[in-house]
Amino acid sequence: MQFDTEMQKRGLRYLRALTRWDILAILLILTLLLILGLIVRQTISPFSVAAQPDISLSVWKLPGYTLKTTFRMLTGLLASILFTFGYATLAAKNRRAEMILLPILDVLQSVPVLGYLSFISVLFLDLFPHTWLGPELAAIFAIFTAQAWNMTFSFYQALKTIPHDLDEACRCFRLTAWQRFWRLEVPFAFPGLVWNMMMSMAGGWFFIVAAEAITVGHLHIVLPGLGSYLAKAISTRDLPAVGWSILAMAIAIILCDQLLFRPLVVWADHFRFEQEQTRIHPKSWVWRLFRKARMVRMATRPARQGLRWLMKAPLPQLSRRNRSARLNHKLDGTIGWALLTGLLILMAWKLYCLIRPGLTCQDVLIVLENGAITLTRVIILTALASLVWVPLGIEIGLRPRLSQWVQPIAQFLAAFPANLFFPVAVLLIVKYHLTPSIWLSPLMILGTQWYILFNVIAGASAFPKDLKEAAEMLRVKGWKRWRKILIPGILPYYVTGAITASGGAWNASIVSEIVNWGPTTLNGSGLGAYIAQMTINGDYPRIALGIAVMSSIVMATNHLVWRPLYTFAARHNQPG
Amino acid sequence: MPRIENIPVIEMSRICMGFAKSSGESLPVLTNISLSIQKGEILGLLGRSGSGKSTLLRIAAGLVSPSSGQISYVQKSLHGPEEGISVVFQTFALFPWLTVYENVELGLNSLHLEPGEMHQRVVSALDLIGLDGFESAYPRELSGGMRQRVGLARALVIYPTLLLMDEPFSALDVLTAETLRSDLIDLWGGNQLPPMSVLLVTHNIEEAVLMCDRIVILSSNPGRITAEIPVKLPQPRNRLDPRFQDIVDEIYSILTSRTTELIHNQILSLGKHIEPLPNVPINLIEGFTETLANPPYEGQSELSELANELALEIDDLFPIAETLYILKFVDLKEGNIRLTENGLLFARGNTDMRKELFRTHLLAHLPLASHIHHVLNEREDHHAPRIRFQSELEDHMTEGRAERTLNAIIAWGRYAELFTYEDNSRTFSLIQINAIR
Repeated sequence: MQFDTEMQKRGLRYLRALTRWDILAILLILTLLLILGLIVRQTISPFSVAAQPDISLSVWKLPGYTLKTTFRMLTGLLASILFTFGYATLAAKNRRAEMILLPILDVLQSVPVLGYLSFISVLFLDLFPHTWLGPELAAIFAIFTAQAWNMTFSFYQALKTIPHDLDEACRCFRLTAWQRFWRLEVPFAFPGLVWNMMMSMAGGWFFIVAAEAITVGHLHIVLPGLGSYLAKAISTRDLPAVGWSILAMAIAIILCDQLLFRPLVVWADHFRFEQEQTRIHPKSWVWRLFRKARMVRMATRPARQGLRWLMKAPLPQLSRRNRSARLNHKLDGTIGWALLTGLLILMAWKLYCLIRPGLTCQDVLIVLENGAITLTRVIILTALASLVWVPLGIEIGLRPRLSQWVQPIAQFLAAFPANLFFPVAVLLIVKYHLTPSIWLSPLMILGTQWYILFNVIAGASAFPKDLKEAAEMLRVKGWKRWRKILIPGILPYYVTGAITASGGAWNASIVSEIVNWGPTTLNGSGLGAYIAQMTINGDYPRIALGIAVMSSIVMATNHLVWRPLYTFAARHNQPG
Repeated sequence: MPRIENIPVIEMSRICMGFAKSSGESLPVLTNISLSIQKGEILGLLGRSGSGKSTLLRIAAGLVSPSSGQISYVQKSLHGPEEGISVVFQTFALFPWLTVYENVELGLNSLHLEPGEMHQRVVSALDLIGLDGFESAYPRELSGGMRQRVGLARALVIYPTLLLMDEPFSALDVLTAETLRSDLIDLWGGNQLPPMSVLLVTHNIEEAVLMCDRIVILSSNPGRITAEIPVKLPQPRNRLDPRFQDIVDEIYSILTSRTTELIHNQILSLGKHIEPLPNVPINLIEGFTETLANPPYEGQSELSELANELALEIDDLFPIAETLYILKFVDLKEGNIRLTENGLLFARGNTDMRKELFRTHLLAHLPLASHIHHVLNEREDHHAPRIRFQSELEDHMTEGRAERTLNAIIAWGRYAELFTYEDNSRTFSLIQINAIR
């Protein structure tokens, strides 16, 4: 039979020889397995809060710490993916669930990471009292809360914009919900998901110190890892150690990018929806390595085929959509809203009960005042960053050669946790006797300003060539060129970047408004500093109050400023 | 041997379909459609865009359930997609991340075949449709024609009892479409495929006459069956055959009389019943009247001849003809189009004269234009929000059609300098054109 001989031929081809690619690939896999084993062994070993091992500042310990931290980050990422698949799918498929899940996701996204940490870490310690699993899970959970939400949003968006004809084709060929998920929904969402995974990873790095050196009230947990190494280096004023940890993190970020994200981006390129062939395809040496390693490909063949079989398996045929459901649309809506409102009131009440004891109007005023300070900072800093990066980004984006160089650098800087450089800033502020409340502020935007830069570069590179030429022929120059042609052209891109940048600045305020360098503490005041301070004090009512106010401000700006602006920009840039 | 047997494969009776309007009541898209397709028959469904023909196909596929009416597929009532029915999509609907082979294999997903048989079926389907050698290609690497071949292979690989084709060639260029058509006719004529029934949805008259055993014509707003024409010519058919041309002309004349009838009904119930307007650009109107006024036509022509000359399909041709007819720039009679006196003036005039004529005719013959003009005149500030007219229109048509109708009237009103419209504030106004300058 033709089919069998074909299979045999393929098998022989794989058997021919072990290539050098194989050796490399096998080495890579073995190293990863070894590391995993070591980490797992340590995780299940006994742990007690009272007798925690010391973090050593020796450089030789650093590679081990970095690996452990990276492992936590990746576990968090995996958890985020699983969460995304479940939550976003439910929200996209079930109208009733959507009405509740979507607003909740909006709230979850606006709550700063420390907020989760202070409330949940104790829970994990209690769940697994005598092993490292408890603190490990607490740290991973903290990282997860820094990673998950934007991925979930991106997956939900993708599910909601699945092309109509592909949806009909799937139904027409009667794919089950399971088959449809793997053949249509995940592939369609994949490129966006990978991009968001990279952003999430950057978000995770940013909070690594907070996640590994957990301090809530009198509870101190220090997990061996890069974050606690850095925390210790800061508390002992060891500048070389800070330098080493910056180096270690840079290497870890580059390795993650090369070993994980590059191959994923290359893979994701297969799932792009545009059916044109003219684009430049991304490249990755790891991807090539595994493609060329024949032995490895052959060895993993059963596993890959198994996976493929699983994806095609005619597993659960979820019940077909209820026909009478359509008639009850209106009723559904009312019930949904009633439920949602009820839930909100309940949550507000719970929160009120939690906050009420020991809180006075004075506290509320203080929090609001701090909120106003941070809000002013975010606005001024976003404006300043825009003033700098929009013109620069446009000039770079209009030069294809230059932008090819700058774009990856900007993306790397966005992925690099800017808080590593905070100690340097503190040194300078102390040395020159500067006012902390002003000079600490730029730290908030240090890490997130790059989103403005690379989005603007992307916008300017995509600026239609004919419009550029037309403007040149019409000799539109100077300020008019900027105001009439360039800035409106990149507006939607800029808005996307500015949303991310200002959102990131809010999140960063918690670690940047109050900064330590050994015994010196610089307090720039503001809502972030307030929440951080209350977390250290273990003052739960005030933490809750601070978080509630911060979430409300973030959500209000998103809904009242950014979304309308985005809709406006998108509508005005439609050709025809 | 007669190919068609007198056994219905799919039977639809008294199908109605409505879409919900914003106000909650439903707006009919299809009314009272009864249609059946016999075993081995190729049925063409011909209509203009908006006639609901694609909706009817989706109902037959089980993708959409009708508001009322019965459908049975091989004697059993149809609820949802069924084994043995496959669809060829206008946009191909190929999965960009799957290879040609995997795309075709997807069709067999729900049939639970042995891997070996699955492979065999896919290979033979690819072979049959002329795709051997392309198995590992991704859709993005293929030309439009090749992509639609993949769509066809994916539909045929399940050995369908009923093949539903939704304007399968309309996204392809003329030559490619012609090749695919004749390949398909050859396939149906040969014995390589198990017998199947076909429903071909199209807006291309010649395509329908070329391929189908029977043609059903759907009218628009709401869609209903207006005529049924059997095509008894033997395959392969020749476009130059006078009998072929007779059938084409007959269809043109059915379509024109249906168009004029609709407009007359509207005029009878003036003001109460407003039909959606086709969004025809002014330069098409100008170009069309100029062509018609010049030799060899000298002001009148057969519609089919003009369509051939200008390479217009009915979805392009009829909106222009209809617009000109509503504005009384042409007369339509039995597939014949003739410029009126003012139509000739319009065709031969300069820009200012044309605008003047267009304005007069808009006000005189298009109730919606005079209505907007009247409202703007009445108001003190001569402004009116778009939403006012939009919601008036939505009492009579779907949101999308109301939107398009308003867009059409805005474009014509601007050309005629009857009123202006500002998209940022979404308002109509009567500001003097000079004031804007």
